[in-house]
Amino acid sequence: MNEPLLTIDGLRVSFTSDRSSREVLHGISLSVERGKVLALVGESGSGKSVTGLTTMGLLPKQAVVTEGTIRFRGQDITRHVPRSLRGAGIAMVFQNPRAALNPTRRVRDQLADVIRAHDRLDRAALQARLVELMHQVSITDVSRCLNAYPHQLSGGLCQRIVIAMAVACSPDLIIADEPTTGLDVLTQKSAMDLLLRLTREQDMGMILVTHDLGMAAQYSDDVAVMRHGEIVERGTPEMLFSNPQNNYTRRLVAACPNETSLLEAPEDAAARQESGPAVLLEVRNLVKEYQSGFRAVDDVSFSIRQGECLGLIGESGSGKSTISRLISRLVDVDSGEILFNGTSISSLSAEDFYRAPQRRQIQFVFQDAAGSLNPRYTAFRSIVDPLLRMGPVPEGDALAELVVQTARSVGLSEDMLERYPHQMSGGQCARVGIARAIIVSPDLLILDEPTAALDVLVQAEVLALLERLRRERGMSYLFVSHDLHVVRMLCDRAIILRKGRIVEAGRCENIFHAPQSNYTAQLLEAIPHFRPAACV
Amino acid sequence: MSAEKHLLPPLVRRIGLRLGAALPALFCVILFTFIMMRVLPGDPAVYFASGPNAGQAEIQELRHKMGLDAPMPVQFLHYLENLVTGDLGRSLTTGQSVARDMQERLPASLELTLTALALSLLISLPLGLTAAWWSGSKYDQFVRAFCSACFCIPPFVSGILLVYVCYYWLGLAPDPTGRINIFLPQPPRLTGLLLIDSALAGDWTAWHEAAGQLVLPATTMALFVIAPLTRMTRAAVISVLGADYIRTARAMGLPTWRIMIVYTLRNALMPVLTTVGIVFSTMMGANVLVEKIFSWPGVASYALDALVSSDYAPVQGFILLMACLFILVNLVIDLLLGVLDPRVSVE
Amino acid sequence: MTMMNVTMRSKRFGFGRFIRQQPVAALAIGGLSIIVILAVLAPVISPYDPLASDVPHALLAPDGQHWFGTDELGRDVFSRILAAARLDLSIAVSAVAISLVAGVTVGCFCGYQGGWLDRVTGRIVDVLTAFPLFVMAMALVAVLGNSIANLIYATAIINFPFYIRIARSEVAARRNLGWVEAAHVSGTSPTRIVLMFLLPNILPTIVVQASLNLGWAILNAAGLSFLGLGIPVPTPEWGVMVANGAHFMSSGRWWLVVFPGGMLMVTILCFNLLGDGLRDLLDPRTRS
Repeated sequence: MNEPLLTIDGLRVSFTSDRSSREVLHGISLSVERGKVLALVGESGSGKSVTGLTTMGLLPKQAVVTEGTIRFRGQDITRHVPRSLRGAGIAMVFQNPRAALNPTRRVRDQLADVIRAHDRLDRAALQARLVELMHQVSITDVSRCLNAYPHQLSGGLCQRIVIAMAVACSPDLIIADEPTTGLDVLTQKSAMDLLLRLTREQDMGMILVTHDLGMAAQYSDDVAVMRHGEIVERGTPEMLFSNPQNNYTRRLVAACPNETSLLEAPEDAAARQESGPAVLLEVRNLVKEYQSGFRAVDDVSFSIRQGECLGLIGESGSGKSTISRLISRLVDVDSGEILFNGTSISSLSAEDFYRAPQRRQIQFVFQDAAGSLNPRYTAFRSIVDPLLRMGPVPEGDALAELVVQTARSVGLSEDMLERYPHQMSGGQCARVGIARAIIVSPDLLILDEPTAALDVLVQAEVLALLERLRRERGMSYLFVSHDLHVVRMLCDRAIILRKGRIVEAGRCENIFHAPQSNYTAQLLEAIPHFRPAACV
Repeated sequence: MSAEKHLLPPLVRRIGLRLGAALPALFCVILFTFIMMRVLPGDPAVYFASGPNAGQAEIQELRHKMGLDAPMPVQFLHYLENLVTGDLGRSLTTGQSVARDMQERLPASLELTLTALALSLLISLPLGLTAAWWSGSKYDQFVRAFCSACFCIPPFVSGILLVYVCYYWLGLAPDPTGRINIFLPQPPRLTGLLLIDSALAGDWTAWHEAAGQLVLPATTMALFVIAPLTRMTRAAVISVLGADYIRTARAMGLPTWRIMIVYTLRNALMPVLTTVGIVFSTMMGANVLVEKIFSWPGVASYALDALVSSDYAPVQGFILLMACLFILVNLVIDLLLGVLDPRVSVE
Repeated sequence: MTMMNVTMRSKRFGFGRFIRQQPVAALAIGGLSIIVILAVLAPVISPYDPLASDVPHALLAPDGQHWFGTDELGRDVFSRILAAARLDLSIAVSAVAISLVAGVTVGCFCGYQGGWLDRVTGRIVDVLTAFPLFVMAMALVAVLGNSIANLIYATAIINFPFYIRIARSEVAARRNLGWVEAAHVSGTSPTRIVLMFLLPNILPTIVVQASLNLGWAILNAAGLSFLGLGIPVPTPEWGVMVANGAHFMSSGRWWLVVFPGGMLMVTILCFNLLGDGLRDLLDPRTRS
């Protein structure tokens, strides 16, 4: 039997500071073969990125390998990766492609730097190699891309350049660390397809580090699930996702939103359709233009009924966040009208809206939960603040009682209330943000990607919480997300936005099963997914 | 032709924008000097009158002739008109026109300031880069301590101490007065910068002489700005080193020197350049102190002497000159930034 | 009630921990305390009258009688330095206080309000902070007249744009943060957002700036008086003392420059180290 391309055996890595030492990898072992893709899957802090960086020899100074070996093509590279191997033997594709490229150097020079670091080529040969690389990563506009600075290219093109850089010196192994973070769904798919194709064509090995189970399932031959610095389960994607053995893997797979996952019993959903025919919010011909003349929101109209949940789906730059801010009256409307319970609320300026009676009826849950909490306020103060500002303030002990009760209803224990944002986890911050929004009993809750920054398991809990709160309190939701599956789970109706315009609107089951527009179909197709057992 | 058409307008627009932004500040400075000239004690009419016994009528007559009885806005317009034609008034102490005096003395100040700037950059850039590269090391701590020490020495103290140690005590430096031994033949004046003039004339004795005189004042001034420049370089390099593209460069196996110079220093240079602008204006201020200590025949000592003897026309001229210099320097830096950072020139 | 106690406890910051984390800054605090105590107690502990001349004992080298020697009029240098400490510290503190209050008010307003007023202010402030401020201070003292009060105003005015800039940029950077938008949604008035949300959060940065600025203000004030601006003649001030002493350097009377110059350096150093220490303490990211 041939030796695998890369073998990691019993690897232990510790982060040390002056006073303490903390082990982040507790003896992990894995191997990668030529032409195969190994996915390292895990939540944040599971040690999957550290594994990649250790292999590359890019650990920060404070981190040391305490035990174990890493062998690449039979050579021990545990503690030192020779420069000749970096780039030419093992290459890496990073997240946030735009940031991964030097902003003050032309693409051509950056690629040439990489090639010349390993090969002596004359000018003509170099040029030929550059053009060849561009073709390999399917860039057609070769000369423009080569002469451009990274900021002049789109995120997707930048990622192709980064991939071109990685394959420039024909490495045997590529480590892709969350290669699609910061890219839109459609771009994400093409970048991943490209990476997979190159891996197969050039018979390289690839380690795909990702938090996205769907992506791991779709693009890998082998999956290792990591948690707290250990590999809890490994196997082929089919095995792992259809019949997970480990308890944690099982929970992870269950929590991952897919085409069939549901939050509630369908009959309940049916019952809801008939209730609340009154229109709560109506948006007519909404327009928001920014100084440069760019129309972030372009003639958008829709309505939300009482107790209904409307999903707003779109890629970055589609205007979905702007719409949520317009409706919550954080920014001023350029033209169009927003009617809440039949009264127009778009005439009052955003600056003065805090005085309006509708202020407490429309509340907002922010995307970055931790960032939406005043760093100098305890959870208690954050939650009680809206009540103090907008009333009615209950007398004496009733106030504290109400806060504690609200906190409990979002699953926060009483001792959490004394903590500051930096002392809480992301999930806990999200719960505080929700508690703060619902304590004044709003009629409409606007949720701007409330789970985008959360790990899968926490996301599932928060989604369940939101669904329960809606049923208990009869609120309406405007749920903004880029994740189609999440919207389908939570919402009755959905709107698909693109470049500030509505592309498609309708009931969720219709949109997802029989999309009318081409764009929606593309979006649905691009989501990385794994087929549950029944579908395989 | 078309390429030029493509290139020029943004550049011109950029220069125009920058100058336009500086105009309000320049206007404020002019207004300030105007008010200063009016508020300050001493009636020019009385001064220019025939003598202490000049009659009231004669003074009134002169006031009228000089336009001093006109309403303030008119006087201000008149003042602006004078400025535009380069008339900065006449110095009472030297008896020459201020514009001429300054023209003679400006090269001395520029030579001093530019030498000091070059000296400090030569020290700060490598120091900051290496300190950041090995940040947290003993060397880094030493550099930081050195900066703290440099930063707290007022230039007038360090100058006097340098003179004491290098001239009186060790006898290393020449007599710390003036730019060049006035008994030696002077190189022909072309740029006014002695180092350049003497080098152009091939007069190396004079060059050595001038350079010798320049060492102490330039060092004094450089010492004052080494700290901010080094700190800024260090901070900028550290922030660049944390950037994703440096990690990419490392992962791709680029040679260390290339990462250090082409990837790190090149990107760190932009914030440093901004600091250079601020440092330059600090130096223009410190010029006053240094020129006084070393009896340097520059514009700042000229203005200071005038200020002490209540001769305000040179002071006004000096302030206006500083304002113009400052606008010019910032324009140059801004254009350099545009060259260095491709992202800037696009917007 | 109990909740308040817990809050207080978790916020408390032991001085022992401060010394361990920032030994240099702690040392700077120690040095500053000594200087301040000396300055406050100057009239009591001065061995001689700082203004009384004693010509027969002029230009004496430091000895047991006159610790720091005497100047050309026979005045005791040590007593003069103590008296000068009083003056220099009060000039610096009052100048920084004036510019801080005025600058932060204007900066917060502009930064929060945004719009054209803010852009214009920003431009002007940018230009001003890059302007040769020392020259401006010189001119100001010349126009306003030679007095200590005017020296303070001049120093305050040249510090003013820095506070506007820092307050403005700190407020503008936070204006659109999640927790400020959340405050809007919670029905908080703009005034309250600035005072209760933004100001407490930018205060640490301002305090750091003020500490660094105190050193700078002393440097400026001493520089101006070194040039003979601001301080009337017999009043002892460090910059004036250095200027006087410079005449006697050539004859080897080093103590006339070294002691006041040294005091200046130590004071400025302490303020700077304190500022750096505070900054490191408040922003763990800058710690290497």
